[in-house]
Amino acid sequence: MRQMHVAMALAALMLVVSACGSSNSGGGGGGSASNLPTSIGKGEGTLNVIAWEGYTQPQWVKPFEQQTGCQVHAKYGGSSDEMVTLMRQGGGSQYDLVSASGDASLRLIRGGNVAPVNVNLIPGWKDFIPQLQSPSHNTVGGKHYGVSLQWGPNTLLYDTKDFPTPPTSWSVIYSPKYKGQITVPDNPIQIADAALYLMKTQPSLGIKDPYQLTQAQLDAATNLLKQQRPLIKKYWALASDEIDLFKNGDAVVGASWPYQTITLQADKVGVKDTIPQEGATGWADTWMLSAHAQHPNCAYEWMKWISTPKVQAQQAISFGESPANTKACPIMDKIQKGACAQYHANAPAAYFNSIHFWKTPTKDCATQNNNCTDYTEWQQKWTEIKG
Amino acid sequence: MGLLLAPPSAWFVVLYLAALVALFVSAFWQVDEFTGNIVHNWTFANFHTLLSEPIYRTIALRTIGIAAAVTLTDAALALPFAYYAARVASRRTSSMLFVAVLLPLWSSYLVRVYAWRLILAKDGVLNWALDKIGLGSVNVAYSNTAMWIVFSYIWLPFMIMPVWAAIERVPESLLEASADMGAKGWQTFRRVTLPLALPGLAAGSIFTFSLTLGDFITPTLVGGAGSDFIGNVVYRSVGVANDVPFAAAFAAVPVIVMTAYLLFARRLGAFEAL
Repeated sequence: MRQMHVAMALAALMLVVSACGSSNSGGGGGGSASNLPTSIGKGEGTLNVIAWEGYTQPQWVKPFEQQTGCQVHAKYGGSSDEMVTLMRQGGGSQYDLVSASGDASLRLIRGGNVAPVNVNLIPGWKDFIPQLQSPSHNTVGGKHYGVSLQWGPNTLLYDTKDFPTPPTSWSVIYSPKYKGQITVPDNPIQIADAALYLMKTQPSLGIKDPYQLTQAQLDAATNLLKQQRPLIKKYWALASDEIDLFKNGDAVVGASWPYQTITLQADKVGVKDTIPQEGATGWADTWMLSAHAQHPNCAYEWMKWISTPKVQAQQAISFGESPANTKACPIMDKIQKGACAQYHANAPAAYFNSIHFWKTPTKDCATQNNNCTDYTEWQQKWTEIKG
Repeated sequence: MGLLLAPPSAWFVVLYLAALVALFVSAFWQVDEFTGNIVHNWTFANFHTLLSEPIYRTIALRTIGIAAAVTLTDAALALPFAYYAARVASRRTSSMLFVAVLLPLWSSYLVRVYAWRLILAKDGVLNWALDKIGLGSVNVAYSNTAMWIVFSYIWLPFMIMPVWAAIERVPESLLEASADMGAKGWQTFRRVTLPLALPGLAAGSIFTFSLTLGDFITPTLVGGAGSDFIGNVVYRSVGVANDVPFAAAFAAVPVIVMTAYLLFARRLGAFEAL
C-alpha cells in the first residue's frame, strides 16, 4: 500500500511539474539563421532522443556510441501527438532530438520547439533524394529544421493462414467477416486511412486529399470507423502490441508498419504485408533538433551518422522503409540481395508521389476551398470513435 | 512526539494536499490549441465538455461499473476464504494461507498483468487447457471481461486481509452464546459472524474499488476496443494531447466518487476495521 501512495503522490507531483513546465515552454523559438553552428564541437557524452520504436537499434547505435562517446538514451513515442507533447513538456530541454513524422514536424516548428539546423554539417544530406532535401514538412522559409531520415507506406498486415490469397483492398479491415480479429493503430491520423478508402470507394463524397476533409467528409470517415469499432480486437499503441496480437492469434489482419512484418517474420510467424489497390498513407520522418537541446554537438553527430549511406541502409532493412540517401542502394543490396528494389531505395519519383504522407490537418486547405476540419476536431472524433 | 510527526505531516500537507489543490485549480484553466501553452483564464469549459460529450459519461460509467463488479467479485471470493482461514483451518494451514495470499504481491504488478495477457490470449494457456478437456475455446482476450478477471485477481489480497482480520476478531464467546441459544451453524454465520465481518468487507471494498477506479495500466494491457478507463483519458490528455486542465477536470470525477463512497463506507463501520 505504501508503494501505491508513493506512486499516487508522484503522479500528482508530475501533474504539477508538467503544468508548470508547459506554461513556460514554447514561444522561445529557434534562433535566427545567422547563429547556426559552422562546425561540430566536442560531444557532451549524452544524447536524449524521442524515436519511433525500431529507430534506435543497437546495430547502428553501438558503433555511434563508440565513435563519438555520446551515450544514446531513447524514449519511444507511440504517436506523433505523443512526440509533440514530449518535446513541449518540461520546457523542452529534456530531449535533444525527435524523429518527427510529417504530421508532427510543422506543429513543432510553429510551436518554436525545434531549432534550425546547418545542413552543410551533414555530408549525407547532399545525396538525399531531391524530394527530401528541403521538403515543406521540415523546411520553412529556407530554414532546415532537421534532416530527413526515412520514408515508407503504412501497410496491410495479414496472417497467411487466414489469407491464402493476399487481400487486395483495405475493405478487409472494415469487414464483419473478421470481427474481433482486426487491429488498427490508436492514433487520430488513422482517420486519414478511412478517408483514403472512402476517396476511392465513394467518389461522390468528393474527397481529394485524405488530410483535407470538410465537416461532411470527416463525418463520413468517422461513421466508417465507428462501424469498424465492434470489429476491432484492440487499438494498438506500440508496435510491440500489434506484434503480440499476431503472435498469439488474437488478430489476423490489421493496419501496420513494415517493422512489425519483419519482426514477426523473424519470429517465424506466418504473416505478410501488402499495399492494397486503394493506395496507402505513409510517413516521411525527420530528425529534428530541440530548440533547447542540452547536447547539441552529440545531436549533430547523430544527424551526421544517421545520414551516412551505411546506417541509412541498415535502418531501411531493419525497419522495412526507404532511405533518404540514394547512396544507400548498393549497400542494401550487399547486406541483403535485392533489398534496394524491395524497399524502393531506387524507386522513381512516381512511387514517392503515390504515397499520401502524414501531414497535420488544418483549416486552410487547397482542395476544399479552405473549409477543412483541423486536427483538434480529428482528435475529438477519434476519442468518440474509440470510446 | 510533535517532532516525530512533523516530517510526515509536512509531507502530507505539502505534497499530497497541495497537489490535490493544484489539480483542482488547473481544471479551470485551458490550453491554447496552437502553442500548447496553458492559458490562465477561469473557465468551466472542461467540465462542460465532460458533461456534454456522451463519450466521457460512457467512460466514467464503465470505470465505476467495473470497479463495482470487481469489488463484488472479490467480496464473494474473500468471504468464504477468510472464514475458512480464520475459523476452520489449523494454525499451520492458516499461516500457509497467509503467505499464499501475500505471495503475488512480491512480484511486479506489470509482470502479473502481462502473465494474464498470455493466459487469456487466443492461443494462450486458458484456451489450450479448455481445449485439452474438450470444452472448446473462449474469446475473452482484450475485452472488458478480461479486465474484470485481471482486476479481480490483482486486488483480491486487499479484500482478503481486512475480512480475515475482522472475522478473526469476532469473539469466540459470541459464537458459543449463539450456539447455546440454539442457533445452527448457518444461522450463527448469518446473524453473528457476517454482521461483525461487515466492517472488514467495507474496508476491503475501499481498496478494491479505489484501486480499480484509478487504474489505467490494466485497461491498456488487457483491455480491447472500447475499454478506456478514466485513467486512460487522463493519461492521454497529459501525455499525448498535452491538455493538463482537461485531465485535471476528468481526474476530479474519481475523487468525487471516492468521497461519496468513503462516506458510505464510514456508515458501515469500515474505519473501525482498519
